[in-house]
Amino acid sequence: MAIVEHLYPLTGAVLVGLGLYGFLTLRHPLRQLLAVNVVGAGIFLILGGLGRGADSTDPFPQALVITGIVVAVALTAFGAALILRVAEDERAPDGTAADDTNGNHP
Amino acid sequence: MSPLDLLVAAPLAFMIAALLSGPWGRWWLLAAIPVMAGLTVWLLLLPEGSGHVVGGWTLPLGVQLRADGVAQLMVAATAVCAAIVGLYALHEFAPGADRSETAHGFAFWPLFYLLWGGANAGFLTTDLFNLYIALEMVSLAAVAMAAMGSLRAALRYFVIALVGSLAYLLGVALLFSNYATVDLTLLAEMARPDLATKTALAVMTAGLLIKAAVFPLHGWLPPAHAAAPAPASALLSAIVVKVGFVILLRLWFEAFPAIIAPAGLELLGWLGALAVLYGSVQAIRQDTLKALVAYSTVAQIGYLLLAFPLVATAAGTGGAWAGMTIHATAHMLAKAAMFLAAGLMLKAVNGHHLKDLHGLARAMPLTVAAFGLAAVSLMGLPPSAGFLAKFLLLEAAVEQGAVFAAAVLLVGGLLAAVYLFKPLAWAFAGSDTPVVVAKAPLRTAAPLALALLAVSLGFAGQAMVDITAGSPWAGPPATEAEDVQ
Repeated sequence: MAIVEHLYPLTGAVLVGLGLYGFLTLRHPLRQLLAVNVVGAGIFLILGGLGRGADSTDPFPQALVITGIVVAVALTAFGAALILRVAEDERAPDGTAADDTNGNHP
Repeated sequence: MSPLDLLVAAPLAFMIAALLSGPWGRWWLLAAIPVMAGLTVWLLLLPEGSGHVVGGWTLPLGVQLRADGVAQLMVAATAVCAAIVGLYALHEFAPGADRSETAHGFAFWPLFYLLWGGANAGFLTTDLFNLYIALEMVSLAAVAMAAMGSLRAALRYFVIALVGSLAYLLGVALLFSNYATVDLTLLAEMARPDLATKTALAVMTAGLLIKAAVFPLHGWLPPAHAAAPAPASALLSAIVVKVGFVILLRLWFEAFPAIIAPAGLELLGWLGALAVLYGSVQAIRQDTLKALVAYSTVAQIGYLLLAFPLVATAAGTGGAWAGMTIHATAHMLAKAAMFLAAGLMLKAVNGHHLKDLHGLARAMPLTVAAFGLAAVSLMGLPPSAGFLAKFLLLEAAVEQGAVFAAAVLLVGGLLAAVYLFKPLAWAFAGSDTPVVVAKAPLRTAAPLALALLAVSLGFAGQAMVDITAGSPWAGPPATEAEDVQ
């Protein structure tokens, strides 16, 4: 069965597509961060599925995936902290958002 | 032991040390500078193409670090920039009375070393997955540094950089599924022009174009670079964008030169040309100094891409290749100098706008001179390194009959003169001497040293051309790197 053989990369591709769609259509940074994480999960699934052999498993892609997940977790935590800080700034009572020196309000 | 892994490991060790020493973290710089200088000299003395496999794991499993011409030149320029910017930042990021000042003083130094180590890894590695890690290290440090200036600009930068990283990672996954290796030197031998490879190359290139802020994917750069504190801006504009560029070089000219279609090179060349013109015009339109300098980065990155078709057409490491890499080096030094000088000037007048600089040349002659010298290199006036780079590129363009590229090179130089004369004109305007408060006047030496280096490197042109010639894809096909453990 061709579909079963390629189950992992196909599911991964679907996740990448979903995540990308989410990233492009959602405007809130937190949702965008989640969408990017879905893309990441898709890529890791593609990579992780590669090492699957009939009788033996190649550990190399798995090692790449583990490293990738570590990076993704670190970046997600950092992104969440950044989003939180921006939200706190916006909620500040004086509304001055003192950080913006150039008046760039996108 | 090899300097290759120490060049990555040492900054990371200093990062941890700085993190643990809290308010005294900044003084690690005085240890880091001699250590990194020694390692860089060691790197420059290594025989051409020396490689080192980390941890003794052989290819295709291991991660190879390699000292080729580009890596040597970029690591050395990074070391010079980072050391001088670091000395400048010793005062700027000292723990202060104010709470946010203290927070910046704590946060800057670990980020500084993370950036340095990540950039070195990005320049030295031939392993595509390890390059992904290097990209993320650099991006993480860069976004956090940008957040010191403007949280919103940093968030925008973060989200777009994340997409760039994932596009790159998707390409790595595709390449691994196709070739079962992610080492550039091995990929170069096996490259096949099939769909998977081309798709992988396309998504990785798109991701790297975001990281290098190439037009039209540059939108995140000006707000992030303009709002950050001066030393952070200097590092972002000088070093961070070059990491994406060097990885792009590795992909296009080392791993897959055989399967690159001329149309792809033309496209990159066009993007570069548009970046030069658009970035310059935008820089002319800015009325705040740091935004002007940031748009100038967009324009200057354009030259690097403009050179891609020229390099591919030229035989060997001739003019175009050397011109492109020397331009990257010259821009590193000159742009770092310019951001530091801009930071000093704006701090002194306590403003952001060009008109705030009124008459500043009489109050801060050395800083304005540093800005002017950096401008000389960015405009490409002799004898600066920027001139040498643009001259080599122009020569290649004329030789190949690439009229359009030659025209963009000339027009870009003129436009650079227009936007860089604007702040200088304000600084030399009027006849009264403004009263300025110069804090830590010794810092004036930092932009001046960088700018003088950018200008005087033009005299060491032949040496730089020789260094860049030691790149594996410049001559005959890549050979196995010899191990120097």
